[in-house]
Amino acid sequence: MMMLYENIRLALFSLKANKMRSLLTMLGIIIGIASVIAIMTVGDSVTQTVTESMSSLGANNIQLMLEPVKDEEDEESESSMMGMSFSTDDDGEEPEDSDLITADMLSQLKDAYPEDIKAFSISESVGQGEVQYQGNTSKVSVSGTTLGSFLADDINMLEGRYFSEQDLQSGAMVALLSEDALEDMFDGDAKAAVGSEVTLAVNDKYYSFVIGGVYKAGDEDDASGGNMMSFMMGSDTTNLYIPLKTAQKINHTSGYKQLTVVINESSDPEILKAQIEGFFANIYRNNHSFKVTATTYASIVSIMETIMGTVTSAIALIGGIALVVGGIGVMNIMLVSITERTREIGTRKALGAPNSSIRAQFIIESIVICIIGGIIGIALGCLAGIALANHVGADVTPSLKSILISLGFSMAIGVFFGYYPANKAAKLNPIDALRYE
Amino acid sequence: MSKTIIQLRDIVKRFYIGTPNELEVLHGISLDVHEGEFVSIVGQSGSGKSTLMNIIGALDRPTEGEYTLDDVDVIAAKDAELSKIRNKKIGFVFQTYNLISKTNAIRNVEMPMLYAGIPMKQRNERAKELLELVGMGDRMRHLPEELSGGQKQRVAIARAMANEPSIILADEPTGALDSATGRMVMDLFHKLHQEEGKTIVLITHSNELAEETERIITIRDGEVIGEREGAKA
Repeated sequence: MMMLYENIRLALFSLKANKMRSLLTMLGIIIGIASVIAIMTVGDSVTQTVTESMSSLGANNIQLMLEPVKDEEDEESESSMMGMSFSTDDDGEEPEDSDLITADMLSQLKDAYPEDIKAFSISESVGQGEVQYQGNTSKVSVSGTTLGSFLADDINMLEGRYFSEQDLQSGAMVALLSEDALEDMFDGDAKAAVGSEVTLAVNDKYYSFVIGGVYKAGDEDDASGGNMMSFMMGSDTTNLYIPLKTAQKINHTSGYKQLTVVINESSDPEILKAQIEGFFANIYRNNHSFKVTATTYASIVSIMETIMGTVTSAIALIGGIALVVGGIGVMNIMLVSITERTREIGTRKALGAPNSSIRAQFIIESIVICIIGGIIGIALGCLAGIALANHVGADVTPSLKSILISLGFSMAIGVFFGYYPANKAAKLNPIDALRYE
Repeated sequence: MSKTIIQLRDIVKRFYIGTPNELEVLHGISLDVHEGEFVSIVGQSGSGKSTLMNIIGALDRPTEGEYTLDDVDVIAAKDAELSKIRNKKIGFVFQTYNLISKTNAIRNVEMPMLYAGIPMKQRNERAKELLELVGMGDRMRHLPEELSGGQKQRVAIARAMANEPSIILADEPTGALDSATGRMVMDLFHKLHQEEGKTIVLITHSNELAEETERIITIRDGEVIGEREGAKA
């Protein structure tokens, strides 16, 4: 214990005596640890934020998606991930009207599983566009929705009202504006906005809409994951909601490309997912271009985690390489330091230092270099991670686990790369060491 | 007759054993040093006195022979035990001082006690006493580079006495000093010998210094060629 304290003191002393050299030696460790910590912080933050936003959509919901039949089976997970956010922007084949999911199918489905299915939440994406009012504009992503029937309570209206049943039935030209868009167009004056007539430019066409209400930002989740795109891109685009029927009119469709099945809490989403897929496989068995895929919250999260896991391990590998290179640097400098201090080692041996305490002295010095490097790396990594996570708009959660692992890892590098030089020092012949010039 | 501290019997040391260059440096040296004696070992360079010093100092092992240091069989000792012997029984004083650089005087003196496992407070007190004894009480916090040669050697002597060793082994302690400071260092050895009753083995090539000691052992070509009392002792 006494020797440990003395050795740590000695190590700090020798670091202080060679500041520049110590810093350069630590650089590899610092870069390695910092990159691992940064990416883990970002990864954890994004995964957690996505998981939270997913679970706020309802953990029990099942997403249905109309997708082109692909030849390669292995592209399936990727395409469903892409389809979730970019379905309408797909350059692939556009489904014919006859390919779409129809209201008939849905009522059959509900009849087949009346105990499990609570309702359908359908949204129809029209595309990216711009709303204009007296020269002010705001970028919007237009989607048609039927949310009114059962999820209206979840939408927090700032001003005005949600779509009426009549609006939804008739396909009225009524739109719900986000708080952010309100800022852009009406200087935040919600009262002025409601009832105003705006022009919506979307898909190279112009439509006239009446603002029916303004909803509060943050509550714009529309159960289709549509805002995932704006979240991921960090863009200033907000959702403009119009009645589903209105969206279908604009898109000239009568069916649906994607929708959410809201199920009872007591039902098992995985079982129901398989049943629903079976149901649609039967309907689409003669359709060779399209199929319907069902995705549960759990499987979306697992896809997300797989992607983040891959990215994390790739960066961790790079960080690991930097750490090994850093470790070799530490070893090199320890060898130099031992050569410089050969006489000191000889003197210590003559004064009665056993080999074990010479070895301990240099291993501890190497550990101290690595741990200080590790701490600097952790600090830089946390800062970089927080900055990056903020940039993509995720809530920051610095990963305590990765900090502890990094500390342990830098200590292990210290021991591993310090052992050989330290052992060399311990085995020096005291006579030769004393005479070393 | 007082107790025998160092007992060397037929010490042979060969280097490069088993090669065509095999070289026998010591050809069977026997000598005794008694408790409280101030002995010098004198020889020209190449006489084997450094090799002999390394063996006496437990830094090296003889090829053949017996060595007992303060009732401990040094030949039979393992490496770890040799460290202990050096730590507890021998106090080294080198020609080049060999203080640990960037470490102040008091910590240098504490070092042998650190390896002996003596608690910090005791270490510190003893180091202060020793520095007072060698007349360095006012420079305890100085770094070696801030001290003159004579001052460094006095710190080194204080360090040599830290664990109350059986012998102080001084290898050309005045070799790097001018005659005035060399004189001071020699006076310090006499003081330690007379007032503290220390057993001191002085290794030197200078007959003049050797004459000050009680007994002079002369070696040449790896053999003891003479033993006599010092003229000025």
